[in-house]
Amino acid sequence: MQPVISFLGAVVGYFDPVIDNIGLFADAFLHTLEIVVYAAVGSLALGTVVAAFRVSPVSPLRWVGTSWVTVFRNCPLTVVLFFCAFGLPEIGINGAYFWFGVTGLVLYTSAFVSEAVRSGINSVSAGQAEAARAIGLTFRQSMGQVVFPQAFRTVVPPLGSVIIAMIKNSAIVGAFGVGNELFSVHATLVSARGLALIPVLLGVAAGYLIITLTGGALLGVLERKVAIAR
Amino acid sequence: MRWNPMLRVGAAVFAVGLVAAACGQQESLGGGGGQAPEYEVVQDPRFAPGTTMAELSEAGTIRIGTKFDQPLFGLRNLDGQMRGFDVEIAKIISGQLGIAPEDIEWVQSPSAQREDLIERGEVDMVVATYTINDERAQRVSFAGPYYQAGQILMVRSDNQEITGPDSLRGSGARVCTVTGSTPSENIRPFIEESQLVLFQQYSQCRDALGTDQVDVVTTDNVILLGYVANSEGQFKLVGDTFTEEPYGVGIPKGDVQFCLFINQALTEAAGTGAYQRAWEATAGTVAEETPELPELNSCR
Repeated sequence: MQPVISFLGAVVGYFDPVIDNIGLFADAFLHTLEIVVYAAVGSLALGTVVAAFRVSPVSPLRWVGTSWVTVFRNCPLTVVLFFCAFGLPEIGINGAYFWFGVTGLVLYTSAFVSEAVRSGINSVSAGQAEAARAIGLTFRQSMGQVVFPQAFRTVVPPLGSVIIAMIKNSAIVGAFGVGNELFSVHATLVSARGLALIPVLLGVAAGYLIITLTGGALLGVLERKVAIAR
Repeated sequence: MRWNPMLRVGAAVFAVGLVAAACGQQESLGGGGGQAPEYEVVQDPRFAPGTTMAELSEAGTIRIGTKFDQPLFGLRNLDGQMRGFDVEIAKIISGQLGIAPEDIEWVQSPSAQREDLIERGEVDMVVATYTINDERAQRVSFAGPYYQAGQILMVRSDNQEITGPDSLRGSGARVCTVTGSTPSENIRPFIEESQLVLFQQYSQCRDALGTDQVDVVTTDNVILLGYVANSEGQFKLVGDTFTEEPYGVGIPKGDVQFCLFINQALTEAAGTGAYQRAWEATAGTVAEETPELPELNSCR
C-alpha cells in the first residue's frame, strides 16, 4: 500500500504548478470560452452568408463569395491575425485586441464554414430547388425554406470539425495582444514565474479538451436529433 | 462597391509590408554601433581538476545561451554576428577560461526556455537579460549580477496624463509588454487586468504604441532607451524606474566554483576597464551613463 500512496502523492505533487494556480487557469478558461463562442457564432453566420453568395444566381455575388473563400482559406491564420492586429490600426481602424482576435478567427473560419455549407447545399438534389421555383417561391424562400433545412442535416458533422479546429486555433490569438487566454497561461507561469513546463502544458491541454470534448458531445446529440433515415 | 473588401485587404498588406520594412531597418541598427572591443584571452589557464572551468578550458569551446533578438543586449545580425552587452560579457568570461570569441557556440535562449536549457545541459551558461529572482533560483544558480536594470514606462511624446506607474490605474490606458516576462508580472499591481496587452516581442508593442492601439509600453529601461533613441522624437520615457532587475549569469544549480569564477572575472573586468568598454560599445550608444558593476552575489 505504501508505495502506491507515495506514487499517488508524487503524481499530485507533480501537478502542483497547476493546482496552486487553479484560479488563473479558470479565468483563462472562461476567457477562451468567450472568444470561441463569439468566433463560432460569427463564423457560422458569416460562412452561411458567403455560401449563399457562392450558390447565388447573381454573378457578382458569386465572385465575391469565391474570392472570399480563396483568400481566407489559403492564408495561414497567423497572417490573417497579423493583418487584424497590426494592419487595421495602420489604416486607422482602432479597437480592442480581443475583437481583432475574434475578427481574425471569424474571417478565417468563415471560409471553411462556407465550403462545408456549400457541400451541404450541393447534396440537396437540384430537383428540390426546381420544384420550389416551380411553385413560385423566390430564391430567398426556396433557399431558406427548402434547401437550407435539408442541407443543414448533412453539414452538422463537417461543421462540427470546422468549429473544433477553430477552438484549437484560438490558442494563437494570445500572440496577438488578446491576453489572459488559456494558452498564454503557460507563458505567465513557466516563463515569468519559472514553474515546470510540462505539468502546466498538461493543464492547458486539459482546458482545451474540456471545451472540445463537450462541444463534440453536443454535436453528436445534435447529429442524432436531425438525422433522417435515407 | 464589391471591390471594396479586396482594396482594404490590399491596403493592409501594403501597410504591414511597410511596418515590416521599418522593423528590419531598426533592428539592423539596434545592436549598437562601432567596432566590437577585444578582451584578454588567457593563455593556458590553470584550474582545479574536475571543476566546470577545467572541463571547458580543456575542451576549448563553450556553449553560451543568449537572446538573438534583443537590441543592445543580445542580437544576431543578418550576417550572423552576435552583438550586444550580454554578448560582450560572455566574451569577457570566456576569455578568462582561455576561450577566444570565435570558439563560442551561441545558443538562442528565449525567456521561456532558459531554465530548461541549463537543466538539460544544452548550454554551459546563459547571459540573456536574465533577471535574478527567487523562483528561478530554485532551478538554476546565478553569478553576477553584472548589470542592474529597472522597469520604466514609455509613452507617445504628446501624452501628458501618464506620469508614472501610479497614474495608470483608472486611467483606462492600455499597457503593452511581452508575454511571460518579468515586466508583465511587475506591472500587474499597478493596473486592472483589462488594461494589459501582451505580445511576443517588444517591437510589436512599439508598433502598437505608434498606431495608438496601446498607450504605454513597459519593460526594462535599457530596452526602451533603444526604442526612444530610434523613434525620432515620437516616444519618451516617463517617471523613474520602479523595479530593480539584476541581470545575472545563469549556470547549473549549485555549481559554486563556477559562480565564484564568473564573479571573479566580472570584478577583474570592472578593474581593467573591459566592462566599461563592453558597455560603451553596445548599450552605451544610447544610454547616457556608464553603470558601475553592481554588488555581486555570494554564490552560496
